[in-house]
Amino acid sequence: MAQFMDRTTAGLTIGFASVAILGVLVLPDWLMSQILIAFSRALAVLGLLVLWRTGLISFGHALYFGLGAYTVALLGKDLGITEVLITLPAAALVASVVGFGLGFVIRKYREIFFAMLNLAFSMVLFGILVKTEALGSTDGFSVEQPTLFGMGTDDSTAKLTSLFLGICAIGWIASVLVHRYLGSVLGSLTTAVRDNEIRVEYLGYSVAQAIHGKYVMSAALTGLAGGFTALALGQVDPESMVNWTVSGELVFVTVLAGPGSVAAPFIGSLVFELLRTYAFELVPYAWQLIVGGTLLVVIFFLPGGLWSLIARIGGGRKTGQRGTTAGTTAGTTAGTSAGEAGR
Amino acid sequence: MDLVLTILVEGLGYASYLFIVSLGLTIIFGVLKILNVAHGAFFAWGAYSCAFLIGEFSVMGVSDIGTMIAIPIAALVVGVVLGSAIERTIIRNLYGRDEVIIVLATFGLFLVLEDVILLVFGVDPYFAFQPTLAIPGVQIGGIYQDGYKLTMIALSLVVGLISWLVLNRTHWGKVVSAIIFDSELAVAMGVNVKRVFYVVFLAGAILGALGGAYIAPTISVSPGFGVEVIVLSFAVVVIGGMGSIAGAAIGALMVGMLRAYAVLQWPEIELFVVYAVMAAVLIFRPEGLFAPAKARKI
Amino acid sequence: MKPVHIAGVLGVGMAAAFAFSAPAVAKDTVSLGIVAFLSGPAAGPYGVPGRNGAEMLIDAINKGTLPAPYNTKGFAGATVEAEYIDESGGNTKQVSEYRNLVQKREVDAVVGYVSSGSCAAIAPVAEELQTLTVMAVCGTPRIFEEAPREYVFRTMSHATADNVAAAHYVKEMMPDVTSYTGINQNYAWGQDSWRDFSLTMTDIMPAAKVSDKPQFPKIFAGQYGSEISALSLEGAELVHSSLWGGDLEAFILQATPRGFFHQKKVVLTVGGVSAYRLGKRLPDGVAIGSRGPYGILVRDRDTPLNKWFVETYNDTYGGYPSGAAYQYAQAILATKIAYDKAGEAAGSFPSQQQVIDSFKGLEFDSFAAPVKMALGGGHQAVTEHMYGLVKWDADAGVLSVTDVKVYPAECVMPPADKTSVEWIESGMPGAKC
Repeated sequence: MAQFMDRTTAGLTIGFASVAILGVLVLPDWLMSQILIAFSRALAVLGLLVLWRTGLISFGHALYFGLGAYTVALLGKDLGITEVLITLPAAALVASVVGFGLGFVIRKYREIFFAMLNLAFSMVLFGILVKTEALGSTDGFSVEQPTLFGMGTDDSTAKLTSLFLGICAIGWIASVLVHRYLGSVLGSLTTAVRDNEIRVEYLGYSVAQAIHGKYVMSAALTGLAGGFTALALGQVDPESMVNWTVSGELVFVTVLAGPGSVAAPFIGSLVFELLRTYAFELVPYAWQLIVGGTLLVVIFFLPGGLWSLIARIGGGRKTGQRGTTAGTTAGTTAGTSAGEAGR
Repeated sequence: MDLVLTILVEGLGYASYLFIVSLGLTIIFGVLKILNVAHGAFFAWGAYSCAFLIGEFSVMGVSDIGTMIAIPIAALVVGVVLGSAIERTIIRNLYGRDEVIIVLATFGLFLVLEDVILLVFGVDPYFAFQPTLAIPGVQIGGIYQDGYKLTMIALSLVVGLISWLVLNRTHWGKVVSAIIFDSELAVAMGVNVKRVFYVVFLAGAILGALGGAYIAPTISVSPGFGVEVIVLSFAVVVIGGMGSIAGAAIGALMVGMLRAYAVLQWPEIELFVVYAVMAAVLIFRPEGLFAPAKARKI
Repeated sequence: MKPVHIAGVLGVGMAAAFAFSAPAVAKDTVSLGIVAFLSGPAAGPYGVPGRNGAEMLIDAINKGTLPAPYNTKGFAGATVEAEYIDESGGNTKQVSEYRNLVQKREVDAVVGYVSSGSCAAIAPVAEELQTLTVMAVCGTPRIFEEAPREYVFRTMSHATADNVAAAHYVKEMMPDVTSYTGINQNYAWGQDSWRDFSLTMTDIMPAAKVSDKPQFPKIFAGQYGSEISALSLEGAELVHSSLWGGDLEAFILQATPRGFFHQKKVVLTVGGVSAYRLGKRLPDGVAIGSRGPYGILVRDRDTPLNKWFVETYNDTYGGYPSGAAYQYAQAILATKIAYDKAGEAAGSFPSQQQVIDSFKGLEFDSFAAPVKMALGGGHQAVTEHMYGLVKWDADAGVLSVTDVKVYPAECVMPPADKTSVEWIESGMPGAKC
């Protein structure tokens, strides 16, 4: 995958460009809004995908999601900084700095302990936010209207369109970069680490450092996701951004999407968002049932996630044969291996 | 002095139901190696069924104290019915899958069961306060404590004692201990692991439901209240050591006391102190404070 | 925020053409999104009676059966269609639901919201999406004090009235109180309530000592054992609480077996709303408010509109209407009056802007008392306020209130040019009690 424009990159480019054009020209506001929220979350899922390729699943990434969201919201509220070119990078930065710090501890853990330690850290942030009146306690607070190059807008459609195009651009950049990274030597180590850590060490690579790097990367992506979600919704609060159920939801979407491709998080996240919206509209008291049921169905019948379905139907033509087949294999192994390496 | 006594009583009361719930979680983890998020649903189902039954009994004219019979009924029925159904359909087909995938499957299951509660019991909260009125209050440390809370403490002691006896003094318990120690070896020795898994899962489910059923009269039983209990009991078993009964007791005591201290003296830290301790334990003693002996395999 | 369109920079002006549909000229229906807790601890005591009140009123409005002068059909002649949305699930979820209502389901206006958290989150979004939003119940004063609002209205008094009136009532009925504490939820409503109450107490009963350990449990915690111990352990004689809905009921049921209500004097600012549900389980002698002239406190008021409301509610749903039913019905009534007035002035079905213009500063007679949209530039209502003591009538088997005191709006709400805190801290100048 050394050439400048491999098939996955081309596919991603075409995909994001067509969503952007469709969104602006054809789609109604509400659907743009949903894509915006879904793609924002997809950035976090992309971050979890990087970890999952290593066999690690975090049940605490709401920590980084919340950090990103609150960074954007607090910059606007307390410092009056609403420039998205500052607030969004700041969201990613804060998340990655915290991820870098905690990474020194977390990189030693695998499997359930990895999941649990992340959970504990995220619940600490949750507890602090809920009890601190200056940070809005249970209510959270509203996010100031964002500006770009110092310019803002009072027109909700213009704001939505701008954010929508922004998430398409950032989604494209992030997925291409992650795709490149997974194709690089450092990135390919992921699968090797999952399968046999000791062998990787013998090859002369530090497993701890490789995992630390991935962890920071996933933290940054998740922070960015939180920041974007805060802008898209105009509100942050601990219950729907930092509680453990949010972490569960992120992992859920990761599994729903499947580890097959960097495009999967975006598709999976959109499917999830639409599923949730329609389930909520049709059966307000059973939407969790539908969502949870879907999760079970995917785990039992579709271990490679939605992506494996797309790959099967489309024969992988759309976004590159190599990426897809490699991915599906990874998905099935990740799904079925009992994690012997760590026992 | 009053303050210390109050923290002790509050902490013990809180620890008692957390211990019962976490005990269920920890034995399932110890034996099946499954971290069961749906345990929160056993808790919620236990509480709902119990609150519902207490209400019905009360309408039928059962005395306040008599309604307490609803507690064991709810725990057993929920544990056996729900536990069997879930073990037979979902859990059994997940053995051997990636641990984290299993956690996620139980998360999906939890979401499903949460909504089934709404469909079965409706969206209104249930109040089943009758038993708390029946047991007279006691003055401890200068304030009135409800007698019901004290019976909760007693019950948790009984439950802990029974579990210890079963595990250490019966044939069954020894088989279970053998599986916790090394399930492959146990199979080689001729143990019917599937059956043991089933029974242990049921026992865990009953304990989860019992925790919920017993706490039901003292709280408002309303949708979504199982959510917090899950992470709290995760914290308990992580602090104590996953798969250990003594660990669950120590973990529950620590969590209960920390929370009681926080509420009474330092409310700002109430919600996160437990998780900070959980993180600290994971960092410095990842196997927990009371980890069961582990077979080292290479 | 500069009113320059980002859209131009990004070259997406085209999108606007698709998104803006031409405003409707003639309308035969008005669609309302009505938001209330339909599940969870706040549903039974608050959301469901609130929805019932709204439903009943919309029905009567569509048929034209409200007593005069409100017996015209519909909103400015248009039939009202309502969609009911659940308020539970957190503020961020409410914001996305709100966007959904406006963008996807294209409702003309949104009415409702019980929780102050929902309202604080919705207000800026309503401004962004430029949609008429009538808040029915929520209490935090911050909605109109933080920023001027154009599209948002609130048709009842805010938390300041509840707590200033509570302090006055305490002074009148329990003048010997020497110390007080509180238990309030740790979100906007609870924090504002405690702040307004303790500030007012400092003003009017400076000798009473305020506790340094008021309790702030999480909203919907449902479990108050430790908090009850903490309050019992304190010497404070009086306990102030703005707990509401299921939380309040849980607190009362958990505190009663511990003799709490025998040891403490208690004032519950939202106790009146749960009164009918609790019945004899609401301890005698507790001071309750209903967030204004609503529910149990005005059950026997003799206005034609109030009699109609109480009777129709009893016929439709059984039982007396609680405060929540009054408050939601009042929001619907106010919206109808604003539409009708705007329609009359315009001579045709009014535009949203015309409705908003007629809503501003509106004054009307509601079920039990007059309402004036006096604050926040004509967006925030003020009404009189009431408190009473709970008395269980064992013979009749009904709960009633005794020693009811009425406080005029000018006594318990700040003037238009001051925020609540400024007003109370400066000694409540201009208050007419």
